[in-house]
Amino acid sequence: MTGAWPPPGTAEARAPHPADRGPLDIDTDLVRDWLVQFLREEIERRRGFRRVVVGLSGGVDSALTAALCAEALGSEAVLALLLPYRTSSPRSREHALLVAGEFGIPTRTIDVTRAVDGYLDEFEPGAGGHRRGNVAARQRMIVLFDQAFKLSALPVGTGNKSERLLGYYTWHADDSPPVNPLGDLFKSQVWALARAVGVPAEVVDKPATADLIQGQTDEDDLGVAYPEADLILHHLISGRGPDDLVEAGFERKKVELVAERLESTHWKRHLPTVAMLSPTAIGEWYLRPVDY
Amino acid sequence: MPLDIAIAQFRPSKGDLDATLDGCAGIIRRAVRSEPRPRLIVFPETALTGYFLEGGVREQAIPAPELFEALNARAGDAADGLDVAIGFYERDATGIYNSALYATLGPGGGILHVHRKVFLATYGVFQEERFVEAGAGIRAFDAPPGRTALLICEDGFHSVSGTLAALDGASIILILSASPARGAAPGAGVPGNVVRWGALASAIAAEHGVFVIVSQLVGFEGGKGFAGGSAAYDPHGHRLLAGPLWEEALLPVRVDLDEAARARTEEPLFSDLERSWTRLLVNSPGSGVRRPAPDGE
Repeated sequence: MTGAWPPPGTAEARAPHPADRGPLDIDTDLVRDWLVQFLREEIERRRGFRRVVVGLSGGVDSALTAALCAEALGSEAVLALLLPYRTSSPRSREHALLVAGEFGIPTRTIDVTRAVDGYLDEFEPGAGGHRRGNVAARQRMIVLFDQAFKLSALPVGTGNKSERLLGYYTWHADDSPPVNPLGDLFKSQVWALARAVGVPAEVVDKPATADLIQGQTDEDDLGVAYPEADLILHHLISGRGPDDLVEAGFERKKVELVAERLESTHWKRHLPTVAMLSPTAIGEWYLRPVDY
Repeated sequence: MPLDIAIAQFRPSKGDLDATLDGCAGIIRRAVRSEPRPRLIVFPETALTGYFLEGGVREQAIPAPELFEALNARAGDAADGLDVAIGFYERDATGIYNSALYATLGPGGGILHVHRKVFLATYGVFQEERFVEAGAGIRAFDAPPGRTALLICEDGFHSVSGTLAALDGASIILILSASPARGAAPGAGVPGNVVRWGALASAIAAEHGVFVIVSQLVGFEGGKGFAGGSAAYDPHGHRLLAGPLWEEALLPVRVDLDEAARARTEEPLFSDLERSWTRLLVNSPGSGVRRPAPDGE
């Protein structure tokens, strides 16, 4: 329990350096326990739910989320929903089933192709991959929330801090479940925790992909690898400016790319903007916490 | 003189005063049945309501006498003579405060002291100044176990708070805290804020030769986790116990109040402070006293 202050490895004790990944190091045992307690309290104690539904994509974020939910609530209390679209990689399904098997989590597959294409084919046949990806992501949330309602379960989100800070997700889709255990963990921290929890290596070590467009990877989309982006993001949101990081040896192009994504997506991390007309405007004057 | 204290690392039923008071009473009844029976039980900051209430403090704040009566009514006869320190949002004619009550339960008891948090945390995740008023000062008071002072969370982050409490004669400082967990760097095995609390409380104890008891809230509120990790320190700054993480716990600790005098004799930092305090104040910036210019100016 005791130790020097600041503890070794804390961000506060370090100046930025591209080779110093220490600020992102986490005690995986501590974080695992922390998040399991978080899930128990926020799902069972605060909200009174006994079951959860998680969209299991075959990627590491949803795999880790499902594993933590199984540890917190018991694997039978978790339903993993596999929600493929016709362009989804078959490998994603294989990996989702591998994860479900590893943690003893029941699954159900609901193909969203007809729901997505029913809208797009009839009304927007020319929609490109990006739009199709967004429609599929929102359709998955329709299924997730409906299944949750049917089962008296709570949908659990899987988005990580890197995606949230880079705005790399579909607004009001991936970010919509009411409880999210990974939202304050960078992608590289998710990888570390996933390994510690026992997520299969095939899932942890493969290139991250939203799998919304065939062949896409997150890092191709973003133009920077997560380990670099995470470190730059960490320093930017800890109060360092882009010029500070370039001076410390970070590559200017990548710093600017990450900073631009961060600065242009603040809106995406907020609820919709509401016109304030009164001194009782909700969330502005009338302030009550989410669990009150 | 030995003194048995119980630290109640506690999780309130947020926003449900009756349920939380019942929970407090249950812990009190459990404490007084334990052997040895504690003389004092220490609950954390905002134990009565949970910490993050925002504007909900208007609905949840109650007057100190009402809290005392509610605890007395629920705790039962077996708790007569037990001292209780407990954090709550306090309402009186002047405003709403983040306060700590110290009282002796039972018909012969009563409220001995109410401390109102002086240093209101208003940064990052904290918004206290927006919803509650600041307390005016830090004073020790004569409690049956010994002269005692109460601090609430950020009060303990300012070294002057422990100094004022000690100068007012406290030999026991009770710190009631609700500290949201943050920081998961490898090395300590506990969140960074728990490490920091250990350093702070140990330093207060060792500098002033006092016992320091830290009672921490547990539970999650809107994603923010109160990790626990309550602790007690002797007047040398040595840790006497460490509470668990994330769980409620009733933590017994026996302190020997005579140890404070021994610690102060071994390392007379406190007497040095007492001798120098007035002079330091007079010569401090803002004292209004014009300091003589150095020679040659």
